[in-house]
Amino acid sequence: MAAKIKNQKAWFFVMPVVLLVAFNAVIPLMTVVNYSVQETFGNNLFFWQGIGWFEQVLNSERFQSSLGRQIVFTSIILAIEIPLGIAIALAMPRKGVGVSVCLVLMALPLLIPWNVVGSMWNIFALPEIGLLGKALNSLGFDYNFTRQPLSAWFTVILMDVWHWTSLVVLLAYAGLCSIPDAYYQAARIDGASRWAIFRFIQLPKMKRVLTIAVLLRFMDSFMIYTEPFVLTGGGPGNTTTFLSIDLVKTALGQFDLGPAAAMSLIYFLIVLLVSWVFYTLMMKDEVE
Amino acid sequence: MAHITLQDLKHSYNERPEDDDDWALKHLSFECEDGGAYALLGPSGCGKTTLLNIISGLLIPTEGRVLFDGKDVTGLMPDQRNIAQVFQFPVVYDTMSVYDNLAFPLRNRGLAGEAVDQRVRQIAAMIDLTDTLHQRAAGLSADGKQKISLGRGLVRADVNVIMFDEPLTVIDPHLKWQLRSKLKELHQQVGTTMIYVTHDQTEALTFADKVVVMYDGAVVQIGTPVELFEKPQHTFVGHFIGSPGMNILSCELDNGKPVLAGEVISANPIKQTPPTGTNLEIGIRPEFIHFAKSGLAVKIVRTSDAGHFSIVETLHKDQSIKLLVPEGAEIPTENAFIEFDKAHTQIYADSQIIT
Amino acid sequence: MTLILKNVTLNVGVNTHIYPSDLELRDTGFNILLGTTLAGKTTLMQIMAGLIKPTTGEIWFGGRNVTGTSVQKRNVSMVHQQFINYPNMNVFENIASPLRVIGMSKAEVTRQVESIAEILKMTPMLGRKPAELSGGQQQRTALARALVKRADLVLLDEPLANLDFKLREELREELPKMFENRGCCVVYATTEPMEALLLGGHTACLNEGRITQFGRTGKIYREPENLKTAQVFSDPPINTAPVTKQDNRIILNDKVNWILDKDLHKMADGPYILGIRPHHILPFETDGKSAQIDGKILVTELSGSESTIHFNMDGLSWVSQASGIHAFDRETINSFYIQTDKCLYFDNNEQLVRA
Repeated sequence: MAAKIKNQKAWFFVMPVVLLVAFNAVIPLMTVVNYSVQETFGNNLFFWQGIGWFEQVLNSERFQSSLGRQIVFTSIILAIEIPLGIAIALAMPRKGVGVSVCLVLMALPLLIPWNVVGSMWNIFALPEIGLLGKALNSLGFDYNFTRQPLSAWFTVILMDVWHWTSLVVLLAYAGLCSIPDAYYQAARIDGASRWAIFRFIQLPKMKRVLTIAVLLRFMDSFMIYTEPFVLTGGGPGNTTTFLSIDLVKTALGQFDLGPAAAMSLIYFLIVLLVSWVFYTLMMKDEVE
Repeated sequence: MAHITLQDLKHSYNERPEDDDDWALKHLSFECEDGGAYALLGPSGCGKTTLLNIISGLLIPTEGRVLFDGKDVTGLMPDQRNIAQVFQFPVVYDTMSVYDNLAFPLRNRGLAGEAVDQRVRQIAAMIDLTDTLHQRAAGLSADGKQKISLGRGLVRADVNVIMFDEPLTVIDPHLKWQLRSKLKELHQQVGTTMIYVTHDQTEALTFADKVVVMYDGAVVQIGTPVELFEKPQHTFVGHFIGSPGMNILSCELDNGKPVLAGEVISANPIKQTPPTGTNLEIGIRPEFIHFAKSGLAVKIVRTSDAGHFSIVETLHKDQSIKLLVPEGAEIPTENAFIEFDKAHTQIYADSQIIT
Repeated sequence: MTLILKNVTLNVGVNTHIYPSDLELRDTGFNILLGTTLAGKTTLMQIMAGLIKPTTGEIWFGGRNVTGTSVQKRNVSMVHQQFINYPNMNVFENIASPLRVIGMSKAEVTRQVESIAEILKMTPMLGRKPAELSGGQQQRTALARALVKRADLVLLDEPLANLDFKLREELREELPKMFENRGCCVVYATTEPMEALLLGGHTACLNEGRITQFGRTGKIYREPENLKTAQVFSDPPINTAPVTKQDNRIILNDKVNWILDKDLHKMADGPYILGIRPHHILPFETDGKSAQIDGKILVTELSGSESTIHFNMDGLSWVSQASGIHAFDRETINSFYIQTDKCLYFDNNEQLVRA
């Protein structure tokens, strides 16, 4: 019922949010757009550049390879975290004291700040003294995340899975808990197998929360910065330099403000576009 | 189809039941004949849903046994009992078509191809879903979804019993009519044993051949709708069944005749004189009282027009007596006389019938 | 105070939710909005409350134009189908909450709450939390809150729909008494014709966002101006059939026709729609004028007090409802008698033909 309300007082209550969003999103975004089409040499001297920076960024090998790495990273993250999260949620108890214990355990990784996670894993994975590194090496694996690209990737992915699978678990668990008992009873009566119950009741009823989970994990992992930066600093070489690390290097390391602005706009558009397409597809045949 | 025997059932949700209140079901036994239509009727909290879940196998009773055709199924799971259930809120598999929903129980039992197709189409025709077979189940209205739930029970030719747990709760009143008479019609067509749980007397009385009236975890009376209406064994049944319910008027006995505030009433003869000190009451349905030239003097308090009849509330001394008067009949305005239909006037001692 | 809607409409986007509506609701007796789900009852109530501003039209209350006045300034109370109470407050605090808002003195609050609790039979429950109450008691608490506020306009949106059958009957009887002599305008939405009839007062029939008729409840039940009103206000649904009028006779089919009542003789010859309520078709002959038809029995429902017989006549599904017990076997052919003096005739525009 969206009836028109002509109460001017309403603006008064909306103003703080409008201001917040303006300073937080709109003004920075416009500044970035501004930089992306101009060349600057400091001293507030600007020259019109058009779409030059965009062309340069898109054609640069450096951007292409970091985008490639980003896509591979995000795909692996989603492929591991979503099924794993659902599986853990399914295995969690539905009632009793176990529920709160599980929920607290699940929530713990989410409460730790990103840079602390990075430092923790850095120490944890050190080949000489870290528990993980030492253990792997003594098991006969040649593991060193500061030297070998494969070890670095393994560590970054493991760290992200440890840090963020809980989020998927909590969302999936909430979805599972909202299914009325009658559905399970009906399925038992219809003689449905465990798999059929998952496929035809649990999965469809979790669809909405899983859509949210995939979106959140996609956006977060696509924009990942702090943890790999603290852990590997983008190395060895450039092998764990993801888009955001690359962006920061360009903007703050080299002060190439124009290309960096163009790059961040492209970055922003990719995230927006993928999220929108995914959401639309998932919600397409949603009734109600 | 099966003959269902419930033997000495007791159930408590407490692990260690102590006093009487801990029992959701307090000792109950009865039998459902093969192919019958039964209703479990009672107010909320009377234990009817507990009983239903025990029959379907979703609950295992604390004490007692459940037999299907003489075979003990007390410990069996719902899918091993071969039963079907329609729930209060429609349960359909959202992602499947109506067709796949109906085929689901058959496919789960290893049937395929032609056998499934034939059965699904036959049942769909019975419940008027043929036109929507290929639509997605999630897109149907509430009554359509309830029909699917019912259909999933009907497709299985060997189903022992179909249970209904207040299936019309979410259906619009004008569709309730259709669905209810459809259920009854289907029962007569397929002859499966059906058990219907409800708090709505109209639904119970019109659907069932036999109604089990429950109150506070116990069965108060089992009987046909007509028996329950004409000869309630307990004042609770008299009050609970019928709208408005039975008039229950406290009285005394004088030489085996009931005396209502000084006036002798002619009623059914008493079978056994109750001991002194019992609480005696006359039970008479509003349908069986009419205005007369002489008789019990009453004062008219209120008249409510209910369309094809009127409910007249009267006062005799300080007891309220209600009458049903058919449309068109004359209703006195202030003081009047009423007469009870002798054959339908019952006497109750401590709430149990003694006539 | 009187509530007047003048040419009120509501459009949301391209959809019309309420078509131009005029109503004049008085503060004596109930004002009932009767219609199926999605007929627009709740929307109309929200407009009355000031929760939604109508697209066009004006709302006058107590002689004042309140169209733009917000709900907070209108002194309105509303009771919903769901039992809405503050879960963390006990019953006393729940009932007292509207009084605390206006800053009434402690002693006065206690006095008022206790007197309302007395009327609603909630005195023993005052110390409990809503979760510890039965559905009926929760709804009584919500009603008490509406009453204690002494609102000028009380909106009851299907308040009994979620209650057990017997509780519904009980509260329905008490409701008119609660609001008697309070000088407030009471609007009551329901989907059930019987509820409308028993509550009395005035009724507005709603169908798909249109008010089809407004008037005294009993009058619009007996003289529905149009077919829609007759259909909305009939439970079980009114039976309809196409008929032809020719030479003072009504022709139903080749075999069945009857003479029209004298006062309808000037009706033009041609096709009409016949409307006849289920209790005006009986499975036996009565004294008055009647026409005999044959029907094939689909299903018979016996409730003890009434028999509802669904039958098929020339491909039309009809329902007959008679008091007493009349059982028929499925698929048999039986005679039914239409009471021709109770027939309603509607013209091509579905308007009632009057004498």
